[in-house]
Amino acid sequence: MLGSDAPEKRKSAPNSRISLTMGPLLFNWPTERRCDFYARLADEAPIDTVHVGEVVCSKRLPFYLDSIAETVDRLQRGGKTVVLSTLALITLPRERQYTVDIIHNGEYEVEVNDIAALAHLAKEQAFRVGPYVNVYSGGAFRVLAGLGASSVCLPPELPIDTVEALATLARSLSVGCEVWSFGRVPLAVSGRCYHARVHKLTKDACQFVCSRDSDGLDVDTVDGRGFLAINGVQAMSNTYCNTVGDADRLRIAGVTALRLSPHSCDMIAVSKTFRDLLDGKLDSEEALRRTGEICGEVSFSNGFLFGGSGSEMVRRPQVR
Amino acid sequence: MTGRSRLELVCPAGTPAALRTAIIAGADTIYCGFRDETNARNFPGLNFSRAEMDESIAFAHERETKVFVAINTFPRAGQEQLWRHAIDDAVTFGADALILADLGLLAYASDRYPQIRRHLSVQAAAANADAIDFYTRNFGVRRVVLPRVLSVGEIAAINREINCETEAFVFGSLCVMAEGRCSLSSYATGISPNLGGVCSPGSHVDYHADDHELASILGSFTIHRVSRDLPAPYPTVCKGCFTTQNFRGHLFEDPTGLDASALIPQLAMAGVTALKIEGRQRSRAYVGAAVRNLRRIVDNYAAGLPVNEASLIHLSEGQSTTQGAYRKLWR
Repeated sequence: MLGSDAPEKRKSAPNSRISLTMGPLLFNWPTERRCDFYARLADEAPIDTVHVGEVVCSKRLPFYLDSIAETVDRLQRGGKTVVLSTLALITLPRERQYTVDIIHNGEYEVEVNDIAALAHLAKEQAFRVGPYVNVYSGGAFRVLAGLGASSVCLPPELPIDTVEALATLARSLSVGCEVWSFGRVPLAVSGRCYHARVHKLTKDACQFVCSRDSDGLDVDTVDGRGFLAINGVQAMSNTYCNTVGDADRLRIAGVTALRLSPHSCDMIAVSKTFRDLLDGKLDSEEALRRTGEICGEVSFSNGFLFGGSGSEMVRRPQVR
Repeated sequence: MTGRSRLELVCPAGTPAALRTAIIAGADTIYCGFRDETNARNFPGLNFSRAEMDESIAFAHERETKVFVAINTFPRAGQEQLWRHAIDDAVTFGADALILADLGLLAYASDRYPQIRRHLSVQAAAANADAIDFYTRNFGVRRVVLPRVLSVGEIAAINREINCETEAFVFGSLCVMAEGRCSLSSYATGISPNLGGVCSPGSHVDYHADDHELASILGSFTIHRVSRDLPAPYPTVCKGCFTTQNFRGHLFEDPTGLDASALIPQLAMAGVTALKIEGRQRSRAYVGAAVRNLRRIVDNYAAGLPVNEASLIHLSEGQSTTQGAYRKLWR
């Protein structure tokens, strides 16, 4: 049985350099576009770690499964650490098999997004924990660290004080602690496909209508106000989370990496803005202005960390 | 002898009075929680003080009814004592099982109280045999409450592979999303159901009326807009009406309640041990009626008699019901 008070590993020296992670592509892009995106990342983006693999819908996978090996190779040659992500909700036999295949890949670190994936880890196999696993408590964090987690991307809804408490624990356990920092926030996952539903299709005969919306399909209130977005079986925020103005606060909290989630806007430019901000080449106001320019007509939010609700954008004075 | 197993009926109680009603109506087991953030139905005026829990468990045990205590929210880092105390107290009062979701609390309970049954809450959303295997192997979980995203066939397949009991929801409100993995309410209000045990909290609900229409609002978002002569729907995000480019209406789910009572034989044959009625937030009269009806169906099935669907439709949300994912018509 797993102990609730597993002994802490030796504390490592705090490392103030925050790294950047490109999370897995959550949307259903054509294979060619997907490959081009990763090729550009490999060549141009100041990103340390790149996640590859399907998290949202196993039906999309056959279209690009064969391209993954080349993508991974390209990213590695570009000096990126590659992580293979797994599905957020595993129910079907083929989804279990896909998860097992990834976990047993033998070469790359894997990201667990459903507890089910933990069942297949080899003894002492290192893994990362994705934002879909409920890590709200120190106890849960310790259990995962005890099983071999090298890094945890916290659930996006956690407020900054909880992030700080978990990041402090993470440091004492020599485990990385990542925070959702850019892009639409995954809010829920269902067995049911909402893209199919709004197009009056069944999930099994979905015609892959989700591929029509490269950033998900906007969902408005009946009063016409942007509220959510759907992406297959996933419900997301309408706003794009953007913590570029809050990086100093996240650094103080002890966060070790920021996760950017791919969208159709220029993600190279987004990652450069985050990197320049983290390296002190930009101030947060300018960084925020630049991301606004890059993204065009989208609303930003950081409310889960700092606000009264997840949808808010709280402009805070800079922490020095 | 019919050879049919007698399914355990696990019934909700939001108050000591509801607990007594459910026991009299024929519950095999009651599930309930403390009056704080440690359980996933943390509504004002609901749930049990320490003294009430102590007395209610004693009352239930005198009547050979079991009590499961739900401590099924996720503790906030740094404030875990509240949750650990809930476990300690539930054990002290003689709870027959703890219903848990958080990995840390599962570890705490299995270390501290190995003799007390640990059940995995639906809030942990263990939707396949691998996840269940992980929880049974690491924390000695004896029963899993199955997420409402599974079909009967999938439940049967899971039961063939696992070595613990399963409990399936048979009646009540339906969570549309994978349970315990939904931040829709939190996005609109800032209050996380996972952390605080309340979805779409009343404190953040508002109703605006104009000459013709009534809007139900959560946080600052309109979730429903109906004609003034209709009853105002409660603004639960996943049951709201929204628009997209080519769609207007109930985007995630129609406002129906789950009624799988007609599927009780199939659930039994799928290897389910217990049937769960949702509704700790519901009235005593509701709980009594739901338990009585389902008791009759479960007993009829065990006795080899025909299973008539319960006359429960008047109890259901929106007075309409669905068999939910059990039949997966949307697949």
